[in-house]
Amino acid sequence: MFKHILKSLTGGPVTEAGPAPADPALAELAGKLEKAAKARLGRSLSIREVDAGSCNGCELEIHALNNPIYDLERFGIRFVASPRHADVLLVTGPVTRNMREALVRSWDATPDPKWVVACGDCAVDGGLFRGGYACIGPVNEVLPVDLHIPGCPPRPAELLAGLLALLETSDTR
Amino acid sequence: MYGEQPLFGLLNRIGGAPVADHGPWPRYRMTRDGWLQLIAELEGSAWSLLGLWGEPKEVYAALREDMSGDIAVVSLDCPQGRYPSLSPVRPSANRLERAAHDLYGLTAERTTDPRPWLDHDAWGVRRPLSDRPGAPSPNPGPYTFLSVEGEGLHQIPVGPVHAGIIEPGHFRFTANGETVVRLEERLGYVHRGVEGLMRGKPIAEAARLAARISGDSTVAHSLAFARAVEAALDVRVPPRAVWLRALMAELERVANHLGDIGAICNDAAFAFMLAEMSQLREAVLRAADLCFGHRLMMDRVVPGGVAADLPERGPALLLDLCAELRRRFPPLVTIYDGKASLQDRTVGTGVVATGLVSRFGAGGPVGRASGRGLDARRNPGYAPYDDLEFEVPVLTEGDVNARVWIRIREVEQSIALIEQIAKRMPGLPRGLDGTTPLPLVPLAAGQGAREGMSLVESFRGEILTWVRIEADGTVGRCHPRDPSWFQWPLLEAAIEGNIVADFPLCNKSFNCSYAGHDL
Ligand code: SF4
Repeated sequence: MFKHILKSLTGGPVTEAGPAPADPALAELAGKLEKAAKARLGRSLSIREVDAGSCNGCELEIHALNNPIYDLERFGIRFVASPRHADVLLVTGPVTRNMREALVRSWDATPDPKWVVACGDCAVDGGLFRGGYACIGPVNEVLPVDLHIPGCPPRPAELLAGLLALLETSDTR
Repeated sequence: MYGEQPLFGLLNRIGGAPVADHGPWPRYRMTRDGWLQLIAELEGSAWSLLGLWGEPKEVYAALREDMSGDIAVVSLDCPQGRYPSLSPVRPSANRLERAAHDLYGLTAERTTDPRPWLDHDAWGVRRPLSDRPGAPSPNPGPYTFLSVEGEGLHQIPVGPVHAGIIEPGHFRFTANGETVVRLEERLGYVHRGVEGLMRGKPIAEAARLAARISGDSTVAHSLAFARAVEAALDVRVPPRAVWLRALMAELERVANHLGDIGAICNDAAFAFMLAEMSQLREAVLRAADLCFGHRLMMDRVVPGGVAADLPERGPALLLDLCAELRRRFPPLVTIYDGKASLQDRTVGTGVVATGLVSRFGAGGPVGRASGRGLDARRNPGYAPYDDLEFEVPVLTEGDVNARVWIRIREVEQSIALIEQIAKRMPGLPRGLDGTTPLPLVPLAAGQGAREGMSLVESFRGEILTWVRIEADGTVGRCHPRDPSWFQWPLLEAAIEGNIVADFPLCNKSFNCSYAGHDL
């Protein structure tokens, strides 16, 4: 165990900070995001994720943002447990009618100023689930959406890019 | 004695009439009397209920005789919209019956629990998939939870939105001090109406919906849908497609198990393991992306074959991945095994008895950690697994620790499977110029409606998918039954007598799908 920890400590970071040859785009993005996060906030940005009917594919990739490779926390962006501590609601899914109320309540509980990000094709336009009796469709039919991140599911790099865009454009609020 | 009769003999004797164009297992249309006799038969323990689903004027159930492995579908016409409930003899039927009621308006007579399940009075319609959908109830009351009486008991409602990046569902704990006396689940929040959306869709469109039943099992659900369609239409897919499908299925299994092992340890306050496992998981997803163009391999398994083939360097890339996993995974297993504070949390926590697992027909790590060793890759079995070497690990302790170990052993087995497949993949790769066609055959609809069923092992357990393909090639009915249906109820049992604070750990060790269950 200690040997292993020692190895992880001395083995250098696994995070793709430097220009990792496999993913130069990610490294570039990471640099930009870091700058934007500092300029815009000088503090941390807290995200509350709300699954409003996702297939859970989007959640898997949002989870990946927390792994040491994407390591979202290094930008001061972190996921929080309560909407009361959140600046951003990150919403997935085609908003099922059974989740509508809980979603609106989460939004109500989030203090101003707040941003809503619709994550994934389902949240952006209802995806394949439009038109049934069970789904409302796009998140913006229920809440004002500040940013749409398409993809099914969006890749972690696309999620990072989306959060960067949010930081860069939300200065005015 | 009936209980010792093979399934088909029994069904014939109690008046079941075989139906044409149903594959690969037979379907018997039952009389009401025969259905009642079947219920009496199910009281014995020789049978597993594999699924139960509705149609506007019919109810279906799938059964397996566990000794012989014989499988059959039975159906009963219910012109009045009523049928005798299976739940008094098979508790696992109850939630499926409640779902059939909410969607199709079928009433299960003498059911053990008639409360609504998926219908939360929010759809603006009742019985949406029945012949005559109804207006919503004018004054819907609140959902009635089971009443609990006793001194010193208090209730803790949690959800539907939970702390963390988790799917939504409601849990109501009744506790005596710190100890959980009862957990009651309420699900259905992510009901998207998948079965209704599939109805009338061309096969290819329905396949895209199947791929989104539960994102973490997208390959397995796509495979289950494809195999059910192929069984209905009697389609043989090219061998290379069969092997590519297994490759994707095993990559999916490894990725999910790695994620789960890390997440379980994290909930036992050992974040180090999550960080390590999530890196391994990421390596698997990147390999999947490089090989098939999508990290989760969504929409890559399609009826008739596959929609993506390995690039030329695919096999080498996969063998590299396996080598990396073989190097990095075992030391982490050693750490798990040797960390007393971890074992302290996982050993003896959230125990599920073998009898209960059998009664509910629960599979996957939940079943295999409690002594039920069924794995659809072996029983009933499907290609190419008959041609591959692997073991199905089984433990009997039934606690969180056992569920972790089943996943550890399955990661090892799946790595070996990926290696075998990468080395022995039949057929020609696509080639640099992409001239070799994809291993995919066209589907031709039958003369009339045809029905098919499949059983496929996802990382979570056995998926059952049943379809009826109409003569015009559209999907008349599809019922995908996620393994979670038979595991969620056991979570209620597992937490009983444990402390409330251990619930996240227990829940993670099950990792049931909300989306797959709610549909
Ligand atoms: S966008 Fe795709 S991955 Fe995300 S919830 Fe919808 S179907 Fe699932």
